[in-house]
Amino acid sequence: MKTLRLERLGWIFMRLSGVVLIALIFTHLTVNLMQDGGVKAIDFAFVAGKLANPFWQWFDTALLWLALIHGTNGMRVVIQDYVLRPRLRKVLLTLLAVSTVTLIVLGTLVIFTLDPCPAGTPADLLPSFCPAV
Amino acid sequence: MSELGVVQSFTVTFIVRRFNPETDTEPYWQDFDVEMFSTDRVLDGLHKIKWDQDGSLSFRRSCAHGICGSDAMRINGRNRLACKTLIKDLDISKPVYVEAIKGLPLEKDLIVDMEPFFAAYREVQPFLQSTSKPKKEHHQTIEQRERFDDTTKCILCAACTTSCPVFWTDGQYFGPAAIVSAHRFIFDSRDEASQVRLDILNSKEGVWRCRTTFNCTEACPRGIEVTKAIAEVKQAAISGVRR
Repeated sequence: MKTLRLERLGWIFMRLSGVVLIALIFTHLTVNLMQDGGVKAIDFAFVAGKLANPFWQWFDTALLWLALIHGTNGMRVVIQDYVLRPRLRKVLLTLLAVSTVTLIVLGTLVIFTLDPCPAGTPADLLPSFCPAV
Repeated sequence: MSELGVVQSFTVTFIVRRFNPETDTEPYWQDFDVEMFSTDRVLDGLHKIKWDQDGSLSFRRSCAHGICGSDAMRINGRNRLACKTLIKDLDISKPVYVEAIKGLPLEKDLIVDMEPFFAAYREVQPFLQSTSKPKKEHHQTIEQRERFDDTTKCILCAACTTSCPVFWTDGQYFGPAAIVSAHRFIFDSRDEASQVRLDILNSKEGVWRCRTTFNCTEACPRGIEVTKAIAEVKQAAISGVRR
C-alpha cells in the first residue's frame, strides 16, 4: 500500500512543481538575460553577487531542487514506459537517482558556500561589495 | 450506358495480417481483392474473404452491429470495430490494412487472447455493491444517473486499452477500459465500494500510469470520452468522489 501513495504523490508533485517552475524559470531568465545589459552582463561578479543575497540563495535552491526532482520524475516515468528489460531498467533508474542526488548536493553546496570575494582576485572581477585588498 | 438501378461496386484490396500458430513463426501480410459496395463494412469484406476466398481466415464477430464488442481490430492503423467501419469512409484507392489489436497475445490471424484484458476488468470489481436493501428500488435522480452515463456505454471491445501506448509496453497497466468500468461504479450514487476501487486504481499500475495521450478516446467505437473519465477517476483519487 506504500507505493500507491508514492505514485499519487508523484503525479500531484509534477503538476504543482510545474506551475511553480514556470514562475521561477521565467523570473530567472528575465533577471539573468534581460535586465541590466542582458546576457553580456553575466560574469563572476554578477553570479557571486546574486549568490551572496539570501533571497537569490533560496530562489536558486528552490529552482534547483524543483527542476531536478521534476525532471528526474519525468525521466523515471519515461524509463518505466519504454525500458522493458528489468535489469536495464534497474540500472538506468539507479544511475538516474545517483546523478540527481549528486547534482542536488553539489548545487546546494555551491549556492550556500560560494565565496563571493576569493582572496587575491583583481577587484574589477569581483562584486562591488567586496572589501578592497 | 449503365443499367438503371444497378449499384456501383468497387474492387477493394485488403491487406490482412495473418498468423497461424501451427505453421508460422511470425505473422505476415496477405492481400485479397474483394468486390464491394460503398454501403458495405470492413466486416463484410472479411466475410467475403472467408466465405469465398480463404476459409482459414480467422476473426471474431458475433452481433455484427456494434454492440457485442467482438470484432475490434486495427484498420489502417486505427482501432475500430470492423462492423462499424464503412467502406465509403475509407480511402479505397489504397489498400485497407487489417490486423489484430496490439498489446494482447496473438492467437490466430485477427484473434487475440483477451484474458489479460478481462483480468484487469474483473480486478476493479465492476458490479454494484450496496449494503442498503430498500423495500422497492434504489432511488436515483436524473442528475445522479447522468453523472456516470457516458461510461455505461462500454461494450468491452478492448479498442481503447489496446490503443494505449502504456498498455503496449507495460501489460500490467489496468488500461482505459478497466478504468472506465470502475468509473461507472465509482460515480454511481447507489454504490458503496468506491473507495475500494480507488485504492485498487491508486496502485503502481493504476490511473497514474495514464499519460493522457487520448488514443483511447479516439479509438472508442461507442464515443465514450475515455480520457476524461480517467481524469475524473484521478480527481476522485485525490480529493474524494463528488457524485
